[in-house]
Amino acid sequence: MIHSLFLINHSGDIFLEKHWKSVISRSVCDYFFEAKEKAAEPENVAPVLQTPHHYLITIYRGKLFFLSVVQTEAPPLFVIEFLHRVADIFQDYFGECSESVIKDNVVTVYELLEEMLDNGFPLATESNVLKEMIRPPTILRSVVNTLTGTWSNVGDTLPTGQLSNIPWRRAGVKYTNNEAYFDVIEEIDAIVDKSGTTVCAEIQGVIEACVRLTGMPDLTLSFMNPRLLDDVSFHPCVRFKRWESERALSFIPPDGNFTLMNYHVSSQNLVALPVYVKQSISFFDSGPCGRLDITVGPKQTMGKTVEALMVTIHMPKAVLSANLTATQGSYTYDLATKVLVWDIGKLNPQKLPNLKGSLSLQAGAPKPEDNPSLNIDLKIQQMAISGLKVSRLEMFGEKYKPFKGVKYLTKAGKFQVRT
Amino acid sequence: MDVGFCLRSEAAGAMRTALMSAENLQLTLKAEPSQEERALTHTKRGPEETHKAGNEDLKEMLESNKESLKLEAMKRVVGLIAKGKNASELFPAVVKNVASKNIELKKLVYVYLVRYAEEQQDLALLSISTFQRALKEPNQFIRASALRVLSSIRVPIIVPIMMLAIKEAAADMSPYVRKTSAHAIQKLYSLDPDQKEQLIEVIEKLLKDKSTLVAGSVVVAFEEVCPDRIDLIHKNYRKLCNLLVDVEEWGQVVIISMLTRYARTQFTSPWKEGASFEENNEKAFYASDSEEKSERTEAEAYVMDPDHRLLLRNTKPLLQSRNTAVVMSVAQLYWHLAPRHEVNLVTKSLVRLLRSHREVQYIVLQNIATMSIQRKGMFEPYMKSFYVRSTDATHIKTLKLEILTNLANEANISTILREFQTYVKSQDKAFAAATIQAIGRCATNISEVTDTCLNGLVLLLSNRDETVVAESVVVIKKLLQTQPTQHSEIIKHMAKLFDNITVSMARASILWLMGEYCDRVPKIAPDVLRKMAKSFTAEEDIVKLQTVNLAAKLYLTNSKQTKLLTQYILNLGKYDQSYDIRDRTRFIRQLIVPNEKSGALNKYARRILLAPKPAPVLESAFKDRDRYQLGTLSHSLNSKASGYQELSDWPAVAPDQSVRNVEVVEPVQEWAPSVGKTKKLKSDDKFYSDNEEEKAEEESESSEGSSSSSSSSSGGGKMVADVYSRASFQVTAPSFGPVKTYELLHHMTGKGLSAKYHFPRQPCLHQPGMVAVQVTLSNGSDRSLEEIHVGDRSPASLNIHCFNTIERLEPEASVTVSMGIDFSDSTQAANFQLCTKEDGFSVSIQPAVGELLMPSSLSEQDFSREQGKLLGMNETSATVAMATANASSQAVKQRVLSVANVGEVPSGQDVAHSAPSISRRDVPPGPLVMKTLSSVLTTGSCRPSPRAPFIRDDGKRSRAET
Repeated sequence: MIHSLFLINHSGDIFLEKHWKSVISRSVCDYFFEAKEKAAEPENVAPVLQTPHHYLITIYRGKLFFLSVVQTEAPPLFVIEFLHRVADIFQDYFGECSESVIKDNVVTVYELLEEMLDNGFPLATESNVLKEMIRPPTILRSVVNTLTGTWSNVGDTLPTGQLSNIPWRRAGVKYTNNEAYFDVIEEIDAIVDKSGTTVCAEIQGVIEACVRLTGMPDLTLSFMNPRLLDDVSFHPCVRFKRWESERALSFIPPDGNFTLMNYHVSSQNLVALPVYVKQSISFFDSGPCGRLDITVGPKQTMGKTVEALMVTIHMPKAVLSANLTATQGSYTYDLATKVLVWDIGKLNPQKLPNLKGSLSLQAGAPKPEDNPSLNIDLKIQQMAISGLKVSRLEMFGEKYKPFKGVKYLTKAGKFQVRT
Repeated sequence: MDVGFCLRSEAAGAMRTALMSAENLQLTLKAEPSQEERALTHTKRGPEETHKAGNEDLKEMLESNKESLKLEAMKRVVGLIAKGKNASELFPAVVKNVASKNIELKKLVYVYLVRYAEEQQDLALLSISTFQRALKEPNQFIRASALRVLSSIRVPIIVPIMMLAIKEAAADMSPYVRKTSAHAIQKLYSLDPDQKEQLIEVIEKLLKDKSTLVAGSVVVAFEEVCPDRIDLIHKNYRKLCNLLVDVEEWGQVVIISMLTRYARTQFTSPWKEGASFEENNEKAFYASDSEEKSERTEAEAYVMDPDHRLLLRNTKPLLQSRNTAVVMSVAQLYWHLAPRHEVNLVTKSLVRLLRSHREVQYIVLQNIATMSIQRKGMFEPYMKSFYVRSTDATHIKTLKLEILTNLANEANISTILREFQTYVKSQDKAFAAATIQAIGRCATNISEVTDTCLNGLVLLLSNRDETVVAESVVVIKKLLQTQPTQHSEIIKHMAKLFDNITVSMARASILWLMGEYCDRVPKIAPDVLRKMAKSFTAEEDIVKLQTVNLAAKLYLTNSKQTKLLTQYILNLGKYDQSYDIRDRTRFIRQLIVPNEKSGALNKYARRILLAPKPAPVLESAFKDRDRYQLGTLSHSLNSKASGYQELSDWPAVAPDQSVRNVEVVEPVQEWAPSVGKTKKLKSDDKFYSDNEEEKAEEESESSEGSSSSSSSSSGGGKMVADVYSRASFQVTAPSFGPVKTYELLHHMTGKGLSAKYHFPRQPCLHQPGMVAVQVTLSNGSDRSLEEIHVGDRSPASLNIHCFNTIERLEPEASVTVSMGIDFSDSTQAANFQLCTKEDGFSVSIQPAVGELLMPSSLSEQDFSREQGKLLGMNETSATVAMATANASSQAVKQRVLSVANVGEVPSGQDVAHSAPSISRRDVPPGPLVMKTLSSVLTTGSCRPSPRAPFIRDDGKRSRAET
């Protein structure tokens, strides 16, 4: 299916290539560069391109293009999903997925790619299995490596996970401290219009788990109010049947960090937005200037503090500079990208933060047609905005008592205020 | 036989060459660089002098004795490959390390080998013998990786060796090796398509594999090598459906898309069903018998094939997969196969995918766009999910817009238009232009809002942005065409704007409008023409063409004012650079200006030029995309990709469905009842037809339950239990015979708590090695019991998977829980305590040997082979008494099944000689330890009279001794 993979950096250099079938010349990427040239932003390059003999499917992640070459019909989502999985694995192995990191670990990267696909079809994509075959780099190992050059990347044990019926978990896991932590993270996606009315709002949640348990634990996580969950998707370890009958998550977890489930909160519930924004942005015909006045205040926070509050505005191209004063936090205006970022921090309900001042426009440029919309970022600790609660976590199959913990967090997802 | 022989001799030949050249090389290497090497270095020297020097020291490192140096060198070589630099000259130095003991070094050499073998075919042969040796290793991973690399070396001369290796690996014990062989099939096929026939044989064999590990890979091979051999799927269809949930996610995608294609050829369309079907059924109910028949045939009541239903049911849970490709493939399966009212199931999941990465969104939105044209209702409740955010990429925005437009109807149009108003103001001008087109489409489709839209668009004409104005003009032009009578004001307005508009498409549109409706703006039109005459030479081609048109139309309607202007324009056109315009001018001149040559056509000039023109239909760009299967590359590109498999239309009459019946006992599945019912009908027919063959139906039937009568012939088949494969965790065992329930705790001793247990004969879900036990706890007392759980056990090492503590059991209530107990293959009783909050009661479960077994399916040959391997160390025998009177084979089977959990081997043997024998492997699917247990019944010649089945168990322990 997947014939070749090229990694291309932001400026258009191919810095890694890997072929799973016969070699394809890198000149095939020229078609991609052409498309990239046409699209102003890297995000705007179409993910699927057709060339006379090949099809190019590309993802853009962390300022890198992962370009795969496909020769015959293959589901495009299959390829896209796989490429993202590759990027995830890099992230998992090296902490970040960037050009320099990939260049530094080129051998490990190559070994990983070799194991992940066979003849273009995914072979091992579970991080737990891969880690048994190819060890992720550690500081100790890289020191020893540079000194002696003897420490091997490749695991000397052969992976057993791949064969078992739970390929996501490696065998023989041992910890002195057994712990299982779950983070319930909810994101609010909302569009608020000029007058402050909510155009649409919904809550998407994810449960991230960090499980370090010895042996083969069998966990059951149940909720106080599972009815809230409208649509869910699971890590392969979760048993569908149990969910359907009992609305509880029963699973043998992978070792380490993983995403247990994604969910969508049913749209019947009205979403209470935690903050409101009062804004007025106006540009004048006379004189090259505009005025901006933004105030953010708390709305429905259930007594919790709103943290890491941030307002991002993509200004029209004509805006040259901003001369503003913030009562709280600080603002920056990037002249090249025309992005105004106001980092507020904690929201104080007694003294509402306000950003006020004037914008200067390029001389001669017409007044912008449209006001830019505001993107809001925020975090609320210890609260899931939907009200979802984990009732308990039980463990079977092992005798020790693990440390358990659940953390709730609410974040702004795609929270946009139109002006 | 001949073929096989040829193959072998060829393979041997290739081997010999390889080995010989290996020897040569080794000899020469010690002394000095081989000729080949010298030749290589010589030719390469020229262009890459500097690069060479670097590789020279790599070569030295590779040839050193130190492992660490070699490894370091290999790492640098791989670095070169990754950068796309040529490292082929190192081939001889690298290939020597192929047999290295260091695993990492070896792996890196493999990487190198696969990359360059094609270019250095002769030298690559040196490595072949290493792989051939590795193919015989006891370790399955080494075998698999050897096959992987061997098959990746694209050297045509080793095709016979590859073929042999694939055939052997396809019969390997390890499912992992078999999986690798499925991958190798595709590699060999792309190397040498002539091997197709032989490869199909291997595929056929692998398709029968029961391991979830193999299923995905072999289907990929099938799709690549012989996608048209749909007949190979028949027998495996149900198995694939049932395994699907447990196959790894990538395999699921391929299997689902293959099954979609399959189902479209095998089942009848579920789409014409609905209300009419139920009505007819009712009629038939009341109708008299004689009428009923005719009614039936006439109505052709649609009944979904149970296999069709099976596919839909088994794919549904996969909508919850985290893998977006899996969700999409299920969605397309439902779209193409499910009855209309069931398709809505997938909506929610598709909308969920919109939260994923941008690229995923792009593909999903494309598919939703296609779907929403045909089925508005599916996505209408989720309209808000398609609202555009300013941060979306342009292609995402336009797709969302497309979907919103498709979803628009009388009820929601006002909301959508309000949304569109925001979009028109967007800073992304390409998107704003697309929005205007979308408004135009809404206006034509929904007549209620046409005027509102038109007014809105006219307002946009005063917009400062050029693209917005231009797009508005174009759209207004199209709208006006649909109802021009009332809108002369708008045309006038546009004429006023004409001077300020520079986009040629918009200018051309206005000119066309002027000409078409010149009778409504009799004063303005000639003036516009005058202006155009002035600027004619500076205009774009498209504007020039429309100017000529305008001139001609005006000449016909208002020749007094425009005659000279027209002539002037026609003269300009005559000498234009573009031949299109010269052509058009010549044509128009002949058409409108009467002269002696022009003749007949001239009379019709008015009718030709001012004919009423049909209004354009504004439709979605996704309208014709539904000719491609959703979710495919072809659909995404809207052009047929190479290798695209057409989705066939439903057959009018379903092909024979019995082709999917399987001969081997299938594990009990939830679909059994529905399948069983149809089967029963059939087998009843055959019961009287004294058909002596083994009927396939019988097997499915027995999986349903033993009570149903069977068509089985009088001689018993062989019975075999299924190897409980490690990988197919979910595969459950057949539950035969009456379930025997044993008492665990009497309610008198248990102070009201009573417990019974039975062996459900299913694989234990908790741990493969355990035996599943179902315990029914009931409360016979008058107060509720609390915290019922399993307490101490003896022996202490006893491995029990306990049931979850039961918080509370009300009086008269009972609850069934399942436990797993590891009896470690012995019949020793498992003792443990059953505790309530207050008390604890010692209980024990004593297993019968028969319950420790798990059935496995074997072919007859396999069965006899396994039987031959038995050593007879652990024989267990039991006597089952049976009256000779009712000793039909069926009855024998029942009896045997009631004492042991076994399966049946299909037997092709003659009745007289057949001895129903039962084989099985042991419960704990220990890695490589084979356990087989067989029971042999002695049967009489015609009437089987079973006396004593004796059971032999043999395996781990006996092996351990030797």
